[in-house]
Amino acid sequence: MKDIFRVRRMWRPRSELKPRYDVVIVGGGTHGLATAYYLAKNHGITNVAVLEKSYIGSGAAGRNTTIIRANYRTPEGAEFYKKSVELYEELGADLDFNLLFSQQGHLTLAHSDRGIITATERAEVNQLLGIDSRVIGRDEIRELCPEMDLSDDVTWPVMAALYHPRGGIIRHDAVVWGYARGVDRRGIEIHPYTEVTGIDRENGRVTGVQTNRGPISCGTVISATAGWSTLVCDLADVPLPITTHILQAFVTEPMKPFLDVIIVSSQMHVYISQTDRGEFLIGAEIEPYTTYRGTSTFPFLEFAARHTLELFPQLERVKVLRQWTGLCDVSPDYSPILGKTEVEGFHVSAGWGTYGFKAAPIVGTTLAELVATGDTPALIQPFELERFYTDTLVSEVAAAAVSH
Amino acid sequence: MSFLLACPNCGPRDVNEFHCQGEVTIRPKASPSRRELSEYLYFRRNVAGVQREWWYHRMGCEAWFLAERDTRTNEVLSTELPE
Ligand SMILES: Cc1cc2nc3c(=O)[nH]c(=O)nc-3n(C[C@H](O)[C@H](O)[C@H](O)COP(=O)(O)OP(=O)(O)OC[C@H]3O[C@@H](n4cnc5c(N)ncnc54)[C@H](O)[C@@H]3O)c2cc1C
Repeated sequence: MKDIFRVRRMWRPRSELKPRYDVVIVGGGTHGLATAYYLAKNHGITNVAVLEKSYIGSGAAGRNTTIIRANYRTPEGAEFYKKSVELYEELGADLDFNLLFSQQGHLTLAHSDRGIITATERAEVNQLLGIDSRVIGRDEIRELCPEMDLSDDVTWPVMAALYHPRGGIIRHDAVVWGYARGVDRRGIEIHPYTEVTGIDRENGRVTGVQTNRGPISCGTVISATAGWSTLVCDLADVPLPITTHILQAFVTEPMKPFLDVIIVSSQMHVYISQTDRGEFLIGAEIEPYTTYRGTSTFPFLEFAARHTLELFPQLERVKVLRQWTGLCDVSPDYSPILGKTEVEGFHVSAGWGTYGFKAAPIVGTTLAELVATGDTPALIQPFELERFYTDTLVSEVAAAAVSH
Repeated sequence: MSFLLACPNCGPRDVNEFHCQGEVTIRPKASPSRRELSEYLYFRRNVAGVQREWWYHRMGCEAWFLAERDTRTNEVLSTELPE
């Protein structure tokens, strides 16, 4: 009995920084931790430090709405996210940690002819790549979600939906903790409250980093700093095509379960799911101005609540419990920026906007492979930073412009 | 309310009345190389600090104007009509 009060640490506190590591990972979110995990697991590279300026999971990793899906619009994107969903399906077993992954299905509503065309295009691309995804009509929507208002008596009647049965939600904190524990068990050091303040280079090659706890020398630096990517890449004089915006979300008080599918409306810029605790989890759009200030705003709450009530009028008297904000690194084409930069040994994972959580396992696997082999894996070649200089963008506007 | 912005014509208003066009960028020379043009189109300084940016008073006088705003606090230091 006494044992249940024992403090169980998920990862060890480390007192000192070593003077040298083979690889330094900047950012203790899902991408940084996943990269460390696969460096150790797949390639046996363990002389690695993960440096996080605040607590582990303090960034978007612990603030997102946890939607995982593969039904993207471009073949490059769909293929990439498909691999990530597959890794998520195995992740609980791999980490030996319950991630509460619930593949309950994902519905992107179409409220116009244009919406149906976009959904159809996505379904076609998805099916060609073997992703479970199809357009369904109102009857099937009603079966999947009988509680939603499907009448014509609303501003935007639901006409059809893109249905992605394997889309789901997961416990985001568990993903962070599970990866961190796996990283620690394999001997990699996790250093919270360690901020990178400089990136040292010689002849165009990375040689180390400066931190608030002193200098470290290393051969490879990976920036996995999401909303802060521009600031970290500035330290290496690597310009990025990114602007930082805030994205918000809120949860209601817990209700009896009545929604077991994720509902997204691009038209109304809102997405809704019900968590295992019964709370309705609601997200909407980024704020249109750039900012690094993470305060929540009232207009967001008003906007998201109004649109939620169009679909679920029965939530009218439900109380809002919490509202929060995270930083998002928005790229011009809504696709990520992954891999090498012009500085040798300095790699990035950035441009994640509002959709990067679902990509953590595949980002970790591919970046670890890049570090181990020196070659960019084919799966992430379309996402190189270089594409913005050659104007070969990968536009995911149709599938990612509504956050999640 | 998120924060206030002083339109040079209409005075302080809720930020949601405006459209933000982002940081002020420098146009490339007359016949830019592809790299220069791409830099102009896509790359941004995205500073954490005071930023000079374009705003448009969408729900008011419809004027375009310039603002200096601290992106760490959203404090607007000044606004002015372009010359
Ligand atoms: C409200 C909201 C909802 C979202 N919903 C979804 C969703 O449903 N599905 C989805 O796929 N994605 C979603 N996202 C996006 C997703 O959360 C992010 O794209 C993803 O988490 C980014 O990767 P990360 O976890 O590694 O980033 P983060 O957790 O942000 O990690 C970056 C870390 O870097 C650290 N850092 C920064 N600078 C330094 C420095 N100089 N030195 C050391 N450390 C530093 C930060 O403190 C931070 O912890 C959402 C985001 C938000 C904000």
